[in-house]
Amino acid sequence: MKLAVLIYEGPYNHEASDSAYNFIQAALAKGHEIRGIFFYHDGVYNVTKLMEPPQDDRHIANRWSELGAKGIDIVVCIAAAKRRGIVDDVLVPNVRISGLGQLTMMAIEAERLVSFGD
Amino acid sequence: MAGDVKKIMFTVRKPPHGSIYVYEGLEVKLIMAAYDADISVVFLDDGVYAMKAGQDTSKLGIKGFEKTYGVLVDYEISKVFVDRQSMEERGLTEEDLLVIGEDEETEEPVRPKMIDSAEIAAMMAEQHNILCF
Repeated sequence: MKLAVLIYEGPYNHEASDSAYNFIQAALAKGHEIRGIFFYHDGVYNVTKLMEPPQDDRHIANRWSELGAKGIDIVVCIAAAKRRGIVDDVLVPNVRISGLGQLTMMAIEAERLVSFGD
Repeated sequence: MAGDVKKIMFTVRKPPHGSIYVYEGLEVKLIMAAYDADISVVFLDDGVYAMKAGQDTSKLGIKGFEKTYGVLVDYEISKVFVDRQSMEERGLTEEDLLVIGEDEETEEPVRPKMIDSAEIAAMMAEQHNILCF
């Protein structure tokens, strides 16, 4: 199945980001296609390279970047990002900033859009 | 092809103020309305407060977005509903609802339509996507 994933919450503060990541890993393992991942609201904080978590903890931004390196389209909403000081310069590799039109296309093209957040 | 137009529903369950979810959710609606999609919006639970007329956000120090909700019809978003039970639980009636635009033909003011949970459930079952804010 072709899936798109929408993430509303920031890293560490909320489990949504971890749940989404685990969901995507499980979906890929089952052979599903991830049409794209879209970060909205505080979710835009998930992919800043400025984060530096303790070494014995998961590095959430790097995890997303690794998924991006596999060719999954990872998009950060520009309107939500600008409001929160997230710009191209602070992004980890393999993710991009773009508009809500990208979310629209993911929603239309995927068979299921799965949202994570409150 | 008309048959390929995807049905996208927005549900708004959170109160309009106190967090940014509802406001940023409104921005998504306005963008998606520009695409070839069949958009509907349903306000449930505390989300019905977003459709209450006469919101004053000046003391919150935020711009507020009631005015934008007031022109939803201009964005071609006219399938706007509020959940009857959520309204009644909060002591709200149809008279409390804000105007979201005017009817293209009659120029009468358009307000969200109050419907029952069963109707909402039936509409949900037809959707390609449901986005929650």
